[in-house]
Amino acid sequence: MDPIVKSINSKRRKNEIITYGMVTAAYVILEILMKAGALSSHLTGLLVPMVYYAIVAVGLNICVGILGELSLGHAGFMCIGAFSSAVFSLIFQDSIPEVPRFILAFVIGVALSALFGFLIGIPVLRLNGDYLAIVTLAFGEIIKNLINALYLGLDSKGFHVSMKNQMALGLAPDGKMLINGAMGITGTPHDSNFTISIVVLLAALFLSQNLIRSKQGRAVMAIRDNRIAAESIGINVVRYKMIAFTISAAIAGAAGVLFSHNISTLQATSQYFGYNVSIMILVYVVLGGIGSIRGSVIAAAILYLLPELLRGLNKYRMLIYSIVLIVVMIFNWSPKARDFRDETLAKLRAKFGGKPAKEA
Amino acid sequence: MALMEVKNLSISFGGLRAVDDFNLTIEKGELYGLIGPNGAGKTTVFNLLTGVYKPNEGIILLDGQNITGHKTIEINHDGIARTFQNIRLFGQMPVIDNVKAALENQYEYSLFDSMTHFGRYKKVEAEMDERAMELLRVFRLDQDAATLASNLPYGQQRKLEIARAMATNPKLLLLDEPAAGMNPNETAELMDTIELIRDKFSITILLIEHDMKLVSGICRKLTVLNFGRVLAQGDTKEVLHNPEVIKAYLGDEKKPAKS
Repeated sequence: MDPIVKSINSKRRKNEIITYGMVTAAYVILEILMKAGALSSHLTGLLVPMVYYAIVAVGLNICVGILGELSLGHAGFMCIGAFSSAVFSLIFQDSIPEVPRFILAFVIGVALSALFGFLIGIPVLRLNGDYLAIVTLAFGEIIKNLINALYLGLDSKGFHVSMKNQMALGLAPDGKMLINGAMGITGTPHDSNFTISIVVLLAALFLSQNLIRSKQGRAVMAIRDNRIAAESIGINVVRYKMIAFTISAAIAGAAGVLFSHNISTLQATSQYFGYNVSIMILVYVVLGGIGSIRGSVIAAAILYLLPELLRGLNKYRMLIYSIVLIVVMIFNWSPKARDFRDETLAKLRAKFGGKPAKEA
Repeated sequence: MALMEVKNLSISFGGLRAVDDFNLTIEKGELYGLIGPNGAGKTTVFNLLTGVYKPNEGIILLDGQNITGHKTIEINHDGIARTFQNIRLFGQMPVIDNVKAALENQYEYSLFDSMTHFGRYKKVEAEMDERAMELLRVFRLDQDAATLASNLPYGQQRKLEIARAMATNPKLLLLDEPAAGMNPNETAELMDTIELIRDKFSITILLIEHDMKLVSGICRKLTVLNFGRVLAQGDTKEVLHNPEVIKAYLGDEKKPAKS
């Protein structure tokens, strides 16, 4: 094979392996610290959320960075994944053993959020412009409010649905409340943990990085870079936009499954599924570097933990957080700061004689 | 038989008849020029031929097949590829991926293969790499394969755009002002490249160009457009000496003609 091609491919592969290595190393370190009892219970409780936000960030990056379409509703896809899988787990809590039940719940959560992504994509992705941002923003809010008003119960006669209140369900005494309106779902089995979340994150990274380095991924990025040119070389624009957006929604749904199986009371509040959460995830993606999958993971991990760790500083917490956001933005996006960063890295490398690991 | 035949092509935007009763016949293997003053409707003709606009009247035949009204994507599958007046590359992708993106319809593996890199992925990707490098070598871009397309020098970007169009295996290549913004050296190199690909791939080329040296240097035949109408058509030398053309395009005879 051509040496140039070989070097391009091996460089990319190396880059991907660095990402997996980074995640695995972080996992091992945190796991050891946890076993050694060096982490406070507060911090331990933050690990799973940190990972599922990293997963949503990876999913959103497929949409924003690779496809180049803005989505402001990824919390909505998370919400769908969370509730559908929680309902499933609740129904089969006693009839299916834990492992297959969680796998099935996972598949259902991912499939349903992918389906919603697909359905939204059908009308919206035919259009060019910012329509996706508008529609997904509305979608996230609608889903949240719908679930807040939804009462779902199950008894021997089957499902009972109401949008009014619990009484209107007419549930038999042996019936089971599944979704209790704004009270949400209680008693979802605690099936997800840090290890499972990391496995899902690695899977999401594996699938999305592979996708980027494939025929389909190239077509998606070609559309991002120049839609008209992409059409002129025979790329089916709508089809590839649909593929990318559906995958993006599915990954967000996977994070939702982890979310719902890690929390005792699942409620569709704006704290968890509001548009500000979607924006927060977008902040992770933008600050981690649009189109950089690894950057999304790092940014999500740091920016999620930071405000939580700064809780001790009380009212200065958000002040410091915003300063960090600005600094990261400058560090990642200002051309001068990037030059400075690259130079410093090069110097460090020369000093320690390490191999240059190239990252643009 | 002619490779492309265009009959009575017309399109109006509002009250403006941008292209009016346009006729064109291109033989296989020909290098055909389309010239005319600014705003004459040259790019509109390209957009009609590539399905960006639907003509109000007229038919377009490619290799005897009626492709009038086909969409841009279908037109590419029919066998027409184009470049753009303002370069449209996939700027954030490496040079080699720009070409590989254009190979998309000729190589097949499933979405599952692409997300897991199992199955046919490795084999097909290796074939695509080879094809892409082969093309890049023709355009002497192989050393820049890893460079981001937007970081290429201007002249190279033009070439890459042609390489990308060629990757779709077209029967007819449309070049929209390939020499725009190039210095004389780059233009000379471009002329060589165009002739090279015509001979190497035995392809038919229709090009829009303002650079008379390039047009008279490589085009055997010309069509001159003015105000959306065909002003003159035929052998390059004859057309360029047609007093109507000189008047419309190169200015009045009394004034010094631009090169």
